[in-house]
Amino acid sequence: MSEGVIVGQENRLELTRASSTAGARERTGGASPRIRRRRPRWSGLVWVLPGLVVLFLFVYYPLVLNFGYSFQQSNIFTGEQTFVGADNYVKLAGDPIFWRALGNNVLYAGISIVFQVFLALVLAAIIESLRSHRWRAVLRSVYFIPSAMSLTVIGLLFTFIYQPDGGLLNGVLGALGLDSLQQAWLGDPKTAMTAIIMMSQWQGFGYSALLFAVAIQRIPQEIYEAAALDGIGPFRRIFSITIPLVREMTALMMIVTLSGAFQVFNEVMVTTGGGPDNSTQVLGTWLYRSGFVKNDFGYAAAIAVVMFVITLALAIAQVVYANRRRV
Amino acid sequence: MAVTTAFGATEATPTRRRPKPIGALGFGRIVGRLLLIGVLAALAIIVLYPILWMALSSLKSNSEILSSPFGWPAELDLSSYGRAFAGGVGEYFLNSVIVTVASVIATTLLSAWAAYGLTRVTIPFSKPILYIIIGGLMLAPTVAVIPLVKLLQGWGIYDTYWALIILYTAFRIPFTTFLIRSYMIDLPIEVDEAAVLDGARSSQIFWRIVLPMSAPIITSAVILQVLFAWNEYLFALIFIGSDSLKTLPVGLATLSSRAVTDFPSVFAGMTIAAVPMIALFFLCQKYFIRGLSDGIGK
Repeated sequence: MSEGVIVGQENRLELTRASSTAGARERTGGASPRIRRRRPRWSGLVWVLPGLVVLFLFVYYPLVLNFGYSFQQSNIFTGEQTFVGADNYVKLAGDPIFWRALGNNVLYAGISIVFQVFLALVLAAIIESLRSHRWRAVLRSVYFIPSAMSLTVIGLLFTFIYQPDGGLLNGVLGALGLDSLQQAWLGDPKTAMTAIIMMSQWQGFGYSALLFAVAIQRIPQEIYEAAALDGIGPFRRIFSITIPLVREMTALMMIVTLSGAFQVFNEVMVTTGGGPDNSTQVLGTWLYRSGFVKNDFGYAAAIAVVMFVITLALAIAQVVYANRRRV
Repeated sequence: MAVTTAFGATEATPTRRRPKPIGALGFGRIVGRLLLIGVLAALAIIVLYPILWMALSSLKSNSEILSSPFGWPAELDLSSYGRAFAGGVGEYFLNSVIVTVASVIATTLLSAWAAYGLTRVTIPFSKPILYIIIGGLMLAPTVAVIPLVKLLQGWGIYDTYWALIILYTAFRIPFTTFLIRSYMIDLPIEVDEAAVLDGARSSQIFWRIVLPMSAPIITSAVILQVLFAWNEYLFALIFIGSDSLKTLPVGLATLSSRAVTDFPSVFAGMTIAAVPMIALFFLCQKYFIRGLSDGIGK
């Protein structure tokens, strides 16, 4: 796609292609002298400048500074900064909690892919295959509700739900006669991370399902009609038509979900803060703790660099994929 | 499209045709159908019940929450909401409103300006500029947090509303510009040209023609920014120190750590924070979904 100086022309092309009526073609097509490549105007930069300045000052500049910080030992109180070379990275490589945090992020990513990509896709396909229009709309909305709530609210809510005494989850298990499964969900290093991840799935699956539903609705109905004529049942309709036809959205959601899993912060911060015994530490909370609790800014900056590299790699994958898709 | 129809509203019946079952349904299909309904209903309960439980718990007494976590509250006791407000929720709410409103206005204006410049005006370096703006989408806020502490302190806006307003704006310009640009690029340029022939300047074209024509995507952008700013936690935690300036997410966390003996007021605070966004979603579902799907799907 051509962009930039010939933006105006691109629009015209779009319109010509889109317009089917003769009238529109008359207005846009032909040898109209108005269709001419205009010379770029410097004064036009006024439109993009304010946004660019804000973006540079508060996003790109700090990002560059962060690289510098990661090679320094800095003291927040005295403002003193000493260059220490790769020391922070060496320390990082030998830090078991960093590796545990990274491992938790990987676990987060794995489980999120299962729930927010695969199960959400199947769920969306099932919802969209329902006959009742009203029920489709209701279910899509109901499942989305948690995504409109703040993670702090959800974190606090699940702290109550996971409470060993009087907590909702143990109460439900007790009522079902599954007393043996009752736990101090967030208090036990063995279950805490899984408990947080499941809370996250509870919040996020409806959001993914909604986006998949939108993608599914773009599938041309003729395909389903042809399949119906061939006598294809509902199960095969979902697995042989719907799911393969939204694979672009699936790939996109996979990257988005992965990227989100490596940026997790709030979910952990509100529920366990990384405990017990650092069992729920993730990169985000370990960065926070290193920087703002232990005042080790250089070390925190090094963690930030690791997060940056991971999320950038995922973002590049997304761009490459999106470009390939367009061709 | 069906999904863009507001919840509960009567939907235009689409031409979605389904195979009609021939004769009586087989036993297997009935079982399958019941199973399906069971799973969908169970999921809906898993999603809705905790939210209902949160709202109901705010009406209970402290001991009632522990003794009967399930049932309805014994009596309708709204006093927890009063105690939540006394504990600072009213202030937090107001702070959230201020930060959200200001950042929504700033983000939308700056992004719409940039989108206009990128789509309707021929500017030099428009392609690199586009990449620089959209490239911001790739950066996680966490990555910039450490240097921002010193920068904001140096600029004297640490621990003020401005810290959050500016950061919420800066970090959302990429997404919002991307969203608005993808809409503006499809608007016919002829309207602009006609206005130019009539002697309009580009600022007039922006305010009188392009912005009004972009109303649907502007609405989507506004709603998504409201959702983001209202729920944001990391920046609000790090860049606000004074209790009186805290926004709801951080304020609630503070409240809950203080109020170990008054659970109902914490539940009340949570409900106060959650209800506006749930209401916004139901009221503006159409624009919500449009923004989400355009933002991620294009």
